Amino acid sequence: MKARTRVVGRPYEKVDAAAKVTGQTRFADDLILPRMLHCKLLRSRRAHAILRRVDVSRAAALPGVVAVATGRDLPIPFGILPVSQDEHALCFDRVRFVGDPIAAVAAVDEDTANEALAAIDVDYEDLPSIASIEQAVETPEPRIHEYGDRDNFHKLVSMEFGDTDEGFARAEKIYDDLFFYEGSTHLPLEQHAALADFGPDGKLTLWSATQTPHYVHRALAKVLEMPAARIRVIATPNGGGFGGKSDPFNHEIVVAHLSRATGRPVKICLTREEVFYCHRGRHPILMRARTGVRRDGSITAMHFQTVLDGGAYGSYGVASTYYSGALQTVTYPVPAYRFDGARVFTNKPPCGPKRGHGTPQPRFALEAQLDKIACDLGLDPAAMRLSNLQPPSSITANFLRIGSMGLGACIEKVVDASGWKERRGRLPLGRGLGIACSSYICGAGLPIYWNAMPQSGVQLKLDRSGGVTVFCGSTDIGQGSDSVLAYIVAEVLGIDPFDIRVVTADTDLTPVDLGSYSSRVTLMTGNAALQAAERARELLVAAAGDKLGIPGVRVALAEGRVFDVEDPDKGLSFSDAVIAAESRFGTIGTVGSYTPPPSAGRYRGAGVGPSPAYSYSAAVVEVEVDPGTGIYTVPKVWIAHDVGKCINPVLVVGQVEGSVYMGLGEAMMEEMAYRGDVNGNVMHKAPSMLEYKSPTTLEMPEIVTLLVEDPDPNGPFGAKEVGQGPLLPIPPAVANAVFDAVGVRVDEIPVTPEKILQALKAKAAGRPGRVGPTKFPAIPYPEPSRIPTPAEGGDGRARDLAPTGAGGVRKI
Amino acid sequence: MLRLPKFRYFVPRTVADAVAMRADAGPEAVFVAGGTDLYPNMKRRQQTPAALITISRLDELRGVAFSAEGVEIGAGAILSDLENDPRIRESYPGLAHAIAEISTPLLRNMGTIGGNLLLDTRCNYYDQNFEWRQAIDFCMKKDGEICWVAPGSPRCLAVQSADSVPVLIALGARVRLVSAAGPREIPLEDLYRNDGIHYVTKRPEELLTGVWLPGPDGWRASYRKLRRRGSFDFPVLSVGAAVRREGPLVAEARLVLGGVASAPLRLTAAEDALRGRPLEEEAIGAAAEAAARPSRPMDNTDFSFLWRKEMTRKYVAAALRDLAAPQGPGARGDRPLQGTS
Amino acid sequence: MKVIGDFVPLNASIGLRVNGEPVEISFPPYKTLLEVLREDLRLTGTKHGCELGECGACAVLVDGRPVLSCLVLGLECHGREVETVEGMASAAGLHPLQKVFAELGAAQCGYCTPGFLLTAQALLDANPSPTFRQIQEALAGNICRCTGYIKIFEAVELAAARLRGEAAVPRRETLYGTDFDDSGLLPVSQRESGNYDLEVAKAEGPERR
Repeated sequence: MKARTRVVGRPYEKVDAAAKVTGQTRFADDLILPRMLHCKLLRSRRAHAILRRVDVSRAAALPGVVAVATGRDLPIPFGILPVSQDEHALCFDRVRFVGDPIAAVAAVDEDTANEALAAIDVDYEDLPSIASIEQAVETPEPRIHEYGDRDNFHKLVSMEFGDTDEGFARAEKIYDDLFFYEGSTHLPLEQHAALADFGPDGKLTLWSATQTPHYVHRALAKVLEMPAARIRVIATPNGGGFGGKSDPFNHEIVVAHLSRATGRPVKICLTREEVFYCHRGRHPILMRARTGVRRDGSITAMHFQTVLDGGAYGSYGVASTYYSGALQTVTYPVPAYRFDGARVFTNKPPCGPKRGHGTPQPRFALEAQLDKIACDLGLDPAAMRLSNLQPPSSITANFLRIGSMGLGACIEKVVDASGWKERRGRLPLGRGLGIACSSYICGAGLPIYWNAMPQSGVQLKLDRSGGVTVFCGSTDIGQGSDSVLAYIVAEVLGIDPFDIRVVTADTDLTPVDLGSYSSRVTLMTGNAALQAAERARELLVAAAGDKLGIPGVRVALAEGRVFDVEDPDKGLSFSDAVIAAESRFGTIGTVGSYTPPPSAGRYRGAGVGPSPAYSYSAAVVEVEVDPGTGIYTVPKVWIAHDVGKCINPVLVVGQVEGSVYMGLGEAMMEEMAYRGDVNGNVMHKAPSMLEYKSPTTLEMPEIVTLLVEDPDPNGPFGAKEVGQGPLLPIPPAVANAVFDAVGVRVDEIPVTPEKILQALKAKAAGRPGRVGPTKFPAIPYPEPSRIPTPAEGGDGRARDLAPTGAGGVRKI
Repeated sequence: MLRLPKFRYFVPRTVADAVAMRADAGPEAVFVAGGTDLYPNMKRRQQTPAALITISRLDELRGVAFSAEGVEIGAGAILSDLENDPRIRESYPGLAHAIAEISTPLLRNMGTIGGNLLLDTRCNYYDQNFEWRQAIDFCMKKDGEICWVAPGSPRCLAVQSADSVPVLIALGARVRLVSAAGPREIPLEDLYRNDGIHYVTKRPEELLTGVWLPGPDGWRASYRKLRRRGSFDFPVLSVGAAVRREGPLVAEARLVLGGVASAPLRLTAAEDALRGRPLEEEAIGAAAEAAARPSRPMDNTDFSFLWRKEMTRKYVAAALRDLAAPQGPGARGDRPLQGTS
Repeated sequence: MKVIGDFVPLNASIGLRVNGEPVEISFPPYKTLLEVLREDLRLTGTKHGCELGECGACAVLVDGRPVLSCLVLGLECHGREVETVEGMASAAGLHPLQKVFAELGAAQCGYCTPGFLLTAQALLDANPSPTFRQIQEALAGNICRCTGYIKIFEAVELAAARLRGEAAVPRRETLYGTDFDDSGLLPVSQRESGNYDLEVAKAEGPERR
């Protein structure tokens, strides 16, 4: 039975909404301090080169220039993952992409800083550069990095769950398809900005538009060689994140260094072009999906191979590589599953986590292939999915524990709402419907730095005035995480959420939360807040029960009162209850924390994929295609999302709509496009808001959002994530709808008019009506680790303990 | 924050003042009106004039004067004012539609018709920040030697991208240019040159003060634009079409392609294919076929250039079908955002 | 130009009204209105996302017309009336657009919000009853990456209705999606209704989770 709630589940305004609509929210670039200097970065003009000389003497001599820094000042490397600490705040020996920062200037204003950059002399010695996956595979030398599994492969992994040979032998049909998913970027409206203030007390404060103040804190301590206790990182409200502000960045470290060097506050705000160079967006991935099925569409085995174009640095790339295979098993049972993944380095801005991190690409491949399978087997694509669902409270072949699982309800809802059964396949030429499903994690089971500490902490302070303050390290990036904390605490303490003060994302004031990534915040901080609030409630109940002369089980908290459930008129005001509690127990403060349940997998790579819960989505997309041009529009999208339980439905609907938007952008037009051959350079084709095609108001379809609440035992009030999952079904649903409309397959994202027309022409000429990759390069994947599945009695460990390193591949 | 380079700023009170100031200040000074083209270019250091002479306060350039012969539109008229001017919508719906297709509502509140006519040619090797262009060692349009679009090309291949131009040429527009030496008037078509650098015949010291259109007099015009999104994007292929019919037959036709060369491209063969025939599928098809041949887009805008070329036929046909439709072209909101159906 | 020592006064002085208040200010001629607002007047509610006219984040009203402050020189505003997001609310409270943007979650990260609010305000000032299509077209120069625009469209429609004096409330689908089961919700206030349901009260007891 659903928990009955009063605050949770109601469409309240966000606690910060009034500030946002009045322009009072202070974003990082809105901060101004006395004596503040302005920083600009000199960025590499070459894609791959040795830095022969960086001479800043002319720049340093300019009036108004207060400090100049180069790579020699900050030689310690950093990176988000402990296994790929491959970035420098400023390059000192080598540049790896056009846009890699080389030197920094702090000056009295931006114009002066820019003049100083122009006075820095850099001698480059060019190295051969790599612009694509294919080129990376074919170019073992020179290596872009000295570390990595081999050549220009950053990572090579292979694992086999169960016996795929046997699974393919049981298949009645085997499908083998290639897919490509182009890279895209987050394009937050707010350009990254940071302000550092190294105070006379020897303490550093950094305000930054970051989703992960905790990891910025770590990186600053490491690179600046300062005790972490003297560093305070405050994440300012993010003007859009989407994963793009989840890495510690060069510019954050540089302004901290320059503030320490000058004793003055130093601010930087990147230009839009520089934001493109920060990137960390969607990896371009080339994929091969070999899937064996029975005639009812049930999967007997899958062999999934990926190659990720990682760009110039590691970022989250090792995790991205594993994610490109990890979640193929959580929607439909895959009894035997082999995954081979690779990530290559190229001389382009680094890729990383963008909304859906590593999973929209394989999800596109899987759902597009299932559509082909259904059509080939003469099955309805929706019905085929519905009859092959991973059961709730189950464990997958790769040891992911599924809790609540509302995908069936999601499919039924979008099928009904869209008139799928009556309309699909029966619309006039040029119009079509496509369906796709997906699932996403609600936080990663394991933290980036493996440890036994909680992933999220909340402190609650109750004041005798009746005031309640929530302290938590989580970062509001627009998704409403500050509000979620207030709603949950308000629900438990029976007070108005707008009476609560929320203090977040400040490493000095708030307990650690790992950050706003991997859709972890509602579940993890929500649980931590719930625990802290329940502990506070216990104190209030005990004190108020004494005061009222009733046992604790009769005490309720609601509407700002603490009262007797048998006689609701008998009670105390909330503040009197706090006074009673403070009188009895002393100062009232409670803590809560959250650590995910241990994951079942024990194999190498088992750290990626496990989650306390999985959200589910299904979408039907309608398209209208002009067969004469390939130009198409999306008039309508129906999307159902299993969110477990809405903490706030209007915010949930907003996340769904925003996910659909971003999914459509990727599906239809957004591309991180490069030219690999200009002046011997690899150039971003057009790093601008104008040429990076983010859909406008005029491209948005009507969206019918259908929420499914299948409460998960691990979620606060049953809640699961909604920020990322609903993006995932959109790209494959678009491609599948195009097939329904005009009968051709575009096995490549984005689905552009040119590609549709090319496929239509091929079909008209008697060739397969398909556009997509035709070759998969020979990748030296290692021998797979063999992991018996739960059905085979496996214990989560690999059977033949693979040697450390990448399964027997030479380690350099 | 991207910032403007330093410059001096002059505010003339009259056109005569403006051209005199330009004569005094010399070649380092440029005229500016809405600034929506110039300021981004200056921020990217594609243009770094030492002085700006603003004409945005010259009320004499703002007027829209209808007469028996036609209409004179001041070069300083704001695009959104023109787009919403009931007389323009009535007499020149194709023009009102073309103007409404320019960039975004916000930019149309700032930009002027004169600015649109003089829009810098565009190229995605050129419309980049200084640092980006430095990384490719620049191009011949600014600071460099080579044309990266076609390294063997002796001339710059940047693209004509102004939405209002094809329709205005099709409608037979003329423009007035004023310098200290006096005014002159030329057909709009003659304002352009198929050279991405020297893309206008206007002398730098001349001020474009107005555009004149003959009365509709049986002419109807339409505009079709290819772009990725329904807003923001410049045309990467555009068609301005105008016909005058006598009875069922096309007596005169003017067809102009934009977005495929450094100048608007007059499609004389396609016009010939229409003349003397009813504006029906057969003639439309023949004209579209004839239009495709001279359309030679290059790989320096959005979309693949081969597909853009292929779309020429479709877009010319669509523009002509708009003219054949009984309700006429130009009604907004009743047509697909993109596309040709 | 008057030169004192090696100091060359390069600033220009102008007078304008900002959010209804007269302002006299001097700044270099090459500063944009965006820079003057944010840096000289410290009105940081006006945002910037590209400074090239490609995103709409910096939209403000100049003489009632929405324009991009990144491409307007500060000098061009001499004698004009500039309105920024800081000027939308009055002593009487938030502007109806601000209120509904908050109510519907039309501001997620909030960064594009000032530009949308001012553009929408200009639309409603000129056209109190815009169609859905007219709202989409009027806002086609503002990019939002969070909302998919849906809540923004709905907010503008709702604010328009309220500005027309209608007692409009959000559509149920806007707040809950379609086909939502809200049977798990307790009434917001039982006490005020004077009709306390003991079952509900018990449901608020300690074993709720």
